[in-house]
Amino acid sequence: MIKFLLKGLMRDRSRSLFPVLTVFIGVFLTVFMYSFLNGVLADMVKSTAHYQTGHLRIMTQAYAKEANQNPNDLAFIGVDKLLASLNEKYPGMIWTPRIKFGGLLDIPDENRETKTQGPVSGVAVNLFSETSPEPKLLNIKKAIRRGRLPKQAGEILIGDDFAKKLKVAPGATATLISSTMYGSMTMANFKITGTVQFGIAAMDRAVIFTDISDIQYALDMQDAASEILGFFPDDNYYDKQASLMATSFNKEFKNLNDQFSPQMGTLPNESGLSDYLAMIDSMAIIIIAIFVVAMSIVLWNAGLMGSLRRYGEIGVRLAIGEDNGHIYKTLILESTMIGIFGSVLGTLAGAGVAYLMQVYGLDLSFLFKNSAMMIPSVYHARVTFGSFVIGFAPGIISTVLGTAIAGIGIYKRQTSQLFKELEV
Amino acid sequence: MKQAVIVLILLLPALLFSQTPSAEEIIKRVDKNIVADSKIVVSKLIIHGRRGERSIEAKSWQRNIVDSLTEYLAPPREKGTKMLKLGDQLWTYSPATDRTILICGHMLRQSVMGSDLSYEDMMEDPLLQNMYEAEIAGNDTVINRSAWILELKAKKKEIAYNTRKIWVDKERFVILKENLYAKSGTLLKQIDVREMMQVQGRWVPKNALYKDALKEGAGTEMIVDSIEFDENIPDYIFSKASLRK
Repeated sequence: MIKFLLKGLMRDRSRSLFPVLTVFIGVFLTVFMYSFLNGVLADMVKSTAHYQTGHLRIMTQAYAKEANQNPNDLAFIGVDKLLASLNEKYPGMIWTPRIKFGGLLDIPDENRETKTQGPVSGVAVNLFSETSPEPKLLNIKKAIRRGRLPKQAGEILIGDDFAKKLKVAPGATATLISSTMYGSMTMANFKITGTVQFGIAAMDRAVIFTDISDIQYALDMQDAASEILGFFPDDNYYDKQASLMATSFNKEFKNLNDQFSPQMGTLPNESGLSDYLAMIDSMAIIIIAIFVVAMSIVLWNAGLMGSLRRYGEIGVRLAIGEDNGHIYKTLILESTMIGIFGSVLGTLAGAGVAYLMQVYGLDLSFLFKNSAMMIPSVYHARVTFGSFVIGFAPGIISTVLGTAIAGIGIYKRQTSQLFKELEV
Repeated sequence: MKQAVIVLILLLPALLFSQTPSAEEIIKRVDKNIVADSKIVVSKLIIHGRRGERSIEAKSWQRNIVDSLTEYLAPPREKGTKMLKLGDQLWTYSPATDRTILICGHMLRQSVMGSDLSYEDMMEDPLLQNMYEAEIAGNDTVINRSAWILELKAKKKEIAYNTRKIWVDKERFVILKENLYAKSGTLLKQIDVREMMQVQGRWVPKNALYKDALKEGAGTEMIVDSIEFDENIPDYIFSKASLRK
């Protein structure tokens, strides 16, 4: 019977083209929107983890309270010992210390007087060690626009936009004016070896990157760090494992009576993204629900129109003794086939376009010129297994639902009236 | 005799009252005690921070209360760092970078060497009569010294501390205690003199505790090791060239 119905659909395009097109568009949009949201979310989580919080973040309790101000006077002292302990307790995890700092970057003229200067935020990471995960996490090599990576002490990278603003090029000397861990004003000379652009407005505006040992010396922070970040080895965040790790760490190391004892937090809590992530999840469900409802209404309408057009055909079928239920069943089967066909086409097209966006990305940097949030400016979609499944639910359900509602009319037809209706 | 005693008793309050100078006079006397053609001060700052104690030693040359040069002598990390104040401009020199930087804008609000003093405090006109209108608010005893309490209100908007409450030694005309407030009435800083010393006929604080009320920690102790007034200081000391010497 399926073959028979399929032949009918293929021969009578008016029965299949419009419903298939409707399903195709709906599924295409669902798959694309789902993949896009997935990508945006993944980009956001990844950049938040890489540039801001890690999957797990360790800070002193005092530092954590004012973390957005980079209060290095409250930084953690005893990094080497804690790192050794972390590597022993949580093997396989990647732990890396960072120092976040603020200050002024001053460019001298030929008389060593100030030529230009501007406020900067800086990130000091382990750049020189061959085993350091930082170059990969921060994607520094790819972010370099001019010059090269620092190779030795006293070298820094600065934001490309910031470099243009200060009118400096790689090779120039810059003086960082900042505060030591103990609050004294400090100055340190650095050679600019290159400029970087990360595609994150807040990072690209005014940033300097340097090796952590340089900043530990400049800010009088020997064996100290603002934070120690932890990453899962495959770079994906696992909330359950992360929460368990944070609980066990805090049980062992956090001392409520010592504000300088370390505490561990998870990515959603540290970034303040937990509510946002929950909202995005709900948004995906809402978007799909809207498509299902809207498509069902459209397809119900299509079904009604089809039923009207096929009024005579259904009447004849009833008149020659075909059972109401059988006709209803064939209509449902037809719509299932249309749903599957439209869903396959829509999924392939949606996933295809989403894949192109995954590879090339969508540059929305013009929207985030003044953004202080650690969100990427270039958005990518993300095609996952879910992308190939998500479209079938609205694609098939809405077609079947539309036909099922429209087909109820079959049961309202009276056999005794058929000949009159058909004007036989 | 009896009549003379009655007259004396009647006149006593008037005589006593006439001994209390006006608020304006008091702050003029306080200012006079500060003003000197030149000063050379060797001092120590003990910073009682959240993470422990730190000590910084410095030598300052001052001229006409307007210009000054401070050279940090210890600890080794700060040794050789210099600060030059010429009128309303402040430069700092770091020997590690061989750079001289003008401190301006928001940098002036930063703490000096992590202490409870800010660069803005250093830049203030030290003469109270130029900046404030005073009013006597009462009497008190501070470090066993009898003192007037004066309330000062800023004459100009741009002054860092809108109001001050000062306790002035009735005999020596030295400020023994000081509370500095913002325009909103929030207490910003407290200064408590703990010990005085007399140098060349002037009374000066030897040990004072500065406490930034908005900062955690137990404050910064300023101990004056030595002070010389009206010494002959060569002009080149108060030039930018002296920073790199």
